[in-house]
Amino acid sequence: MGSGLYSTKKQDLDTTLDLTRLKPYGDTMNDGKVQLSFTLPVPDSEVAVEAAKQLAAKMGLVEPMVAHHAPLDKNFSFFVVYGSLSHTIDYTHIHVDSVDVNIMTMEETDQFIQENFGRKLRVIGASTGTDAHTVGIDAIMNMKGYAGHFGLERYKMIEALNLGSQVSNEDFIRKAVEFNADVLLVSQTVTQKNVHVQNLTELVELLEAERLRSRFLLIIGGPRITHELAKELGCDAGFGPGKYADDVASFICEELAARKQYIS
Amino acid sequence: MAKLRLDWDKVNQARDAAKQIAEDTYNYTQQFTTTTVERSICRLLGIDGVDAMDVPLPNVVVEHLAAGQLLGYGASFWLGQASISLGKEPQEIAEMISRGELDLSQTEPVDPFEIRLWAEKKAEAAVSKIHHNRIIREEKLREYGDKSGPLLYVIVATGNIYEDIIQAKAAAKQGADVIAVIRTTGQSLLDYVPYGATTEGFGGTMATQENFRLMRAALDETGEELGRYIRLCNYCSGLCMPEIAVMGAFERLDVMLNDALYGILFRDINMQRTLIDQSFSRMVNAAAGIIINTGEDNYLTTADAYEEAHTVLASQLINEQFALKAGMPEEQMGLGHAFEMNPELKNAFLYEFAQAQMARQIFPNAPLKYMPPTKFKTGDIFKGHIQDALFNMVTVISHQRIHLLGMLTEAIHTPFMSDRALAIANARYIATSMADFGDDIEFREGGIMEQRANEVLDLALDLLQNIKRDGLFRTLEEGKFAGIKRPFEGGKGLAGVVLKEEQYLNPFVELLMEEARIGSLRYHQYKKTEQGENYG
Repeated sequence: MGSGLYSTKKQDLDTTLDLTRLKPYGDTMNDGKVQLSFTLPVPDSEVAVEAAKQLAAKMGLVEPMVAHHAPLDKNFSFFVVYGSLSHTIDYTHIHVDSVDVNIMTMEETDQFIQENFGRKLRVIGASTGTDAHTVGIDAIMNMKGYAGHFGLERYKMIEALNLGSQVSNEDFIRKAVEFNADVLLVSQTVTQKNVHVQNLTELVELLEAERLRSRFLLIIGGPRITHELAKELGCDAGFGPGKYADDVASFICEELAARKQYIS
Repeated sequence: MAKLRLDWDKVNQARDAAKQIAEDTYNYTQQFTTTTVERSICRLLGIDGVDAMDVPLPNVVVEHLAAGQLLGYGASFWLGQASISLGKEPQEIAEMISRGELDLSQTEPVDPFEIRLWAEKKAEAAVSKIHHNRIIREEKLREYGDKSGPLLYVIVATGNIYEDIIQAKAAAKQGADVIAVIRTTGQSLLDYVPYGATTEGFGGTMATQENFRLMRAALDETGEELGRYIRLCNYCSGLCMPEIAVMGAFERLDVMLNDALYGILFRDINMQRTLIDQSFSRMVNAAAGIIINTGEDNYLTTADAYEEAHTVLASQLINEQFALKAGMPEEQMGLGHAFEMNPELKNAFLYEFAQAQMARQIFPNAPLKYMPPTKFKTGDIFKGHIQDALFNMVTVISHQRIHLLGMLTEAIHTPFMSDRALAIANARYIATSMADFGDDIEFREGGIMEQRANEVLDLALDLLQNIKRDGLFRTLEEGKFAGIKRPFEGGKGLAGVVLKEEQYLNPFVELLMEEARIGSLRYHQYKKTEQGENYG
């Protein structure tokens, strides 16, 4: 096992980077090396190892190598597989719809709001539906923030209200109107069986039915949220993993400033 | 075992303050009963099943009583009166109510003394059923022998009980000692317990008595194959705490999450409601020999794990006293804590270790539940696996008992079968490799770790003295735990709180507490014969 990892066999590789034919990188340009692991619902055996290899080959892996296999139960086996990917991607022709703003620090944001709006911006947030997780909304809103990025509650020019978890869409909208919010933040952590899509769709429909959709900036976030999905669902922006309060605040500033200009 | 030099005067003062807090809260809550307490009494009296609209019969009976303003006397009172005057069993009575054939306020009055006798007889039968399950567990543990060291605890969460069973059996074979079936999102806010086997759920599986039974049978089967007793865990928390405790007692669950503070803070359940519910649910858990798990670990997922460590200790001390009030012995108190500090914090490992060690020493006989890192899991599975390894080391060195395994894919998805296998392999490697490490080291006097533990203790004592002064309810209103504020009259379930009438009847309280007491004596007797002179 594993001898292939240290293979000294000369490979016939063109080692110049060609962005129109992009491939994964192991230790040599264009070697295409990838690692993957998966479970097969069959007993751990030579046949199972061969099945894992053939699956890897179907995924486009050349010379797939099963580096590790072990039984998980009588009828389940686990595999770690390495191989060289034959597929390539034209990197120069990729278009991604992402939130594209200039990220400001907390101080810059406060100053921007002061100068452009002359009042505090009002942001209301919640983890809506049956979702009981507050990790996401807390990371963005709580004073303390997350990973060194202060939350919106710390911003002098933002009035932030965090409603916590398991807030129904109806209650959320009602509270947002009472709070006279400029911005709605919705966090969705539980995404099993796409329950988040259903819940967000309902929120947008409710807002539209009450003719409130255009009144608020609607921003969603969570581990499975992308900006593209947010747009598709009729929201203004979506923030996935690795985004912090400063990303959200910067977007809010730019977007609300742009809307203000458009109106006046 | 290496010991931190703690200021034991302060520990004692903190414990005394917690005792007073629990006492004051208990005295307040004892004036009331709740809809779910009465439904759990219906269940104990043998009422089960659903009506034509899928409403559970315990709900049918209790709603009927509440509508007639009769609930303050206790469900036992009315069921006893009807049972004696009609010569029917509680189940038949419940069915008649569901068909609209019976109004309990119209049944012929019976001498209250007769009703009390009837209720006591019924209660003895129910408690003997619980006792029987307890004996089965004890016999199996004696036959196979119980594991020393941390019990490896993993979750299954497919939403489908039959799929859960496949995953649970595989996990047991890989070395898991405790299987927790995560509940579906939102079940804690249902004011009834669903009925029957279920195959649909979000992020977890419905807690129903039938699902409990199916999983219990599956784990017994696998346990027999492996020659190990596999413990089963589920959740009492939420709006149905005591009812789920009864189901757990009937189906021989071994571990149950049971924490009103958790429900108040993280599920916005009304504080009065859930503290009343908790009291009776812990009595049921205590009698059933079930280890409870408390939810202090969750404070650290919202608040900072370094700054708020003292709230964990304060809450553990309060939970200990609430458990004692319910007749629960120390060996069933799985008080919670967690390894949740920011991995970028310098010396975080030392602080985590100090706190875990401190908890071990302050609660020497409690099977502490130690929770893995989740907050700073990022999706980088490689780093995640190392975070879990550090957590596993602290668990093993400081002799935690219920070792909830971290998953390298935390923050990505509910665990795959292979995630669980990798987590178990990680924990077993460390448990073997570092088996006696904790007994072979000493803590430097006045070192970083001793200082940290005593600092947390100081802050916890301050907090507890403040709570003692202000009362637990006001403390929760002010947001002292997890930084979350909850109003006294706010949250879900307040409508289910009912003032007890003078004639209120609940025949179970004394019987359950006695069962818990005798069970604990048996436990200590057995440990004594097993361990000889090393015991105690």
